[in-house]
Amino acid sequence: MSARTLPAETDLAAFVYREARLVDERRFHEWLDLFAEDGRYWLPMRREQTDPSAEQSITVEDKPLLLKARVLRLASGKAYSDQPPVRCQHVLQAPAVEEIDHGANRYRTHTPFFYAEYRQGEQLVLAGTARHTLRLEGGALRIVEKRVDLLGAGNAIPSIFLMP
Amino acid sequence: MPRAMRCGFHGAAVRDSVRAVRRNGRLADVDTIETLRGQRGDVGHLFQGDRVHRDVYTSPEIFALEQERLFARTWQFLGHASQVPKPGDFVTTEIAGRPLILVRAADKSLSVVMNRCAHKGAKVLTEATGSTGRALRCPYHGWSYRLDGSLLGLPIQKDYEGTRLRECENGKGLERIASAERRGFVFVRLGGEGPSFEEYFGPALSFLDMMADRSPEGELEAIMPPLRVSIKCNWKIYLENINDSLHVFAAHEPTMIAGRQIWSPKTPDEPRPMPVEQLAGFQAGTGFEFIEKMGARVMPEGHSLLGLAASVHSHYGEDPAYLAAMTKAYGEERAKAILAYMPQNGVMYPSVALKGSPQVMRVLRPIAADRTVLEAWCFRAKGAPPMLAERSMLYNRLVFSPLSLVAQDDVHLFETAQKSLLASGNPWVSLHRGHRPGEENDFGKDKSGIDEIVMRNQHRAWAKYMAPAWSGGRA
Repeated sequence: MSARTLPAETDLAAFVYREARLVDERRFHEWLDLFAEDGRYWLPMRREQTDPSAEQSITVEDKPLLLKARVLRLASGKAYSDQPPVRCQHVLQAPAVEEIDHGANRYRTHTPFFYAEYRQGEQLVLAGTARHTLRLEGGALRIVEKRVDLLGAGNAIPSIFLMP
Repeated sequence: MPRAMRCGFHGAAVRDSVRAVRRNGRLADVDTIETLRGQRGDVGHLFQGDRVHRDVYTSPEIFALEQERLFARTWQFLGHASQVPKPGDFVTTEIAGRPLILVRAADKSLSVVMNRCAHKGAKVLTEATGSTGRALRCPYHGWSYRLDGSLLGLPIQKDYEGTRLRECENGKGLERIASAERRGFVFVRLGGEGPSFEEYFGPALSFLDMMADRSPEGELEAIMPPLRVSIKCNWKIYLENINDSLHVFAAHEPTMIAGRQIWSPKTPDEPRPMPVEQLAGFQAGTGFEFIEKMGARVMPEGHSLLGLAASVHSHYGEDPAYLAAMTKAYGEERAKAILAYMPQNGVMYPSVALKGSPQVMRVLRPIAADRTVLEAWCFRAKGAPPMLAERSMLYNRLVFSPLSLVAQDDVHLFETAQKSLLASGNPWVSLHRGHRPGEENDFGKDKSGIDEIVMRNQHRAWAKYMAPAWSGGRA
């Protein structure tokens, strides 16, 4: 996709695949760069939830503060729970494009997935749906919001050490 | 070795049985738990005053005894009255292996009954929350119950005429569980024996007031649902850590460093964003001297308070509109006293920890010897600006959630400890820090914030409530 062209469905899907792959490859700073400056990573507890400030969420992280803290902590190499480094694997279903609105500069995708995390000799497998809201900034797609609805999110779930 | 001789080597006997359980791949060894019961089931010697035997954390048999004794005789938090505002409203939950229903009756009173049909044991309600109308009806064969659990109706009544149903437990309906409410917090005592609610919590009841007094209207509303995390460790490993102020500097160092890197003020008086303010509590600026001085107090029955003079929450800024509402409601002096009181944690043994500010409560649900579910609750203080509820929810996400940058390191350490405690070698866990002979009755005295007396005090209550027969004395 060149700077002059508008994103097509295949560009949106390629973006979603790349986003997951950067986490799987532990390229955390590059992953953080995919978020817009006002971008947000959100894991609600209920699928019906529309407002992160009205009830509890598993996490709500804005890029400049908490999402950055997450990446800095992992990149420091000092986090005890990341010794040896935790690895994860996203297995994505082909992203469905929900909205392409060039005028409003808004693009939305819906991507069911399996997510496996390997830590301390054990593998954790979770399923869920990722919903990306993207915008074009200087010719590149950026994440305005990545919302992840985990299966069973409202119930007791184990600690998750990387980013589904 | 003949079974009768195992008594004096109780720890070893339990360890052997754990191995047997592993070999057989079964969850509980019936012979062994019967043996424990038969030996008068005395497990008190697994706590030696300053150290704890690893079986207390790892043995499935001890866990089974805890369900029958400790968790049956003491008081557990069930839910909040604001979850069931109208008659017929219910919530279901499970505490220490008992499926329970909390329901509000027509006269507005609350009752707690076992969520197990008196006919064949099916769950009467399977939704987490809802309204059941005027009666509870089992979906299996249609037995119905009044909201206090008593039997209301049976299908084809005449077939029971001449039977013994009405004379036995099944004919009495859903089992009723003792419950008590204070400031909206509903607690239950699962078994028939044990102290009353007021007797059991004593001065620790004030922790519930600490929460509710922060509302200008004196009332809280639970923000549902709570966060829930499943952790592969014994509930006591988590509980001890709640008042372990020392671990913060070792375990959470990487998160502290990240917290310092994300923000710096553009002007010297620029207010800190809320996430930075909360992470600052985990920063080395507080230091060892600070936690020592913040102080701790133990109370009878395992309860404790950490952070008497100050805590990591002391530096939170308050909204002027909130201060004004509190002053109007309570008068200046009382409002100031309420707001200045922000301990690190008030622990209501064995399963609740409260923070007045930021208005959060942790509840431990024991699932198995090596599995605990943590619930992190938030409350909306009626009459307070939305900022308070936002702060409460942010704190839970930041510090307790499954994705929390702080909890990840805790959970990692809890889970590795749980696994390594199974290994042979020295079976004792050390709680020696600050131990002095004769400290058993040091209730209400000021202690250092890093004295492990808060944990020893929990184990003293554990030994008391794990006694084979309930004696009724105080810990």
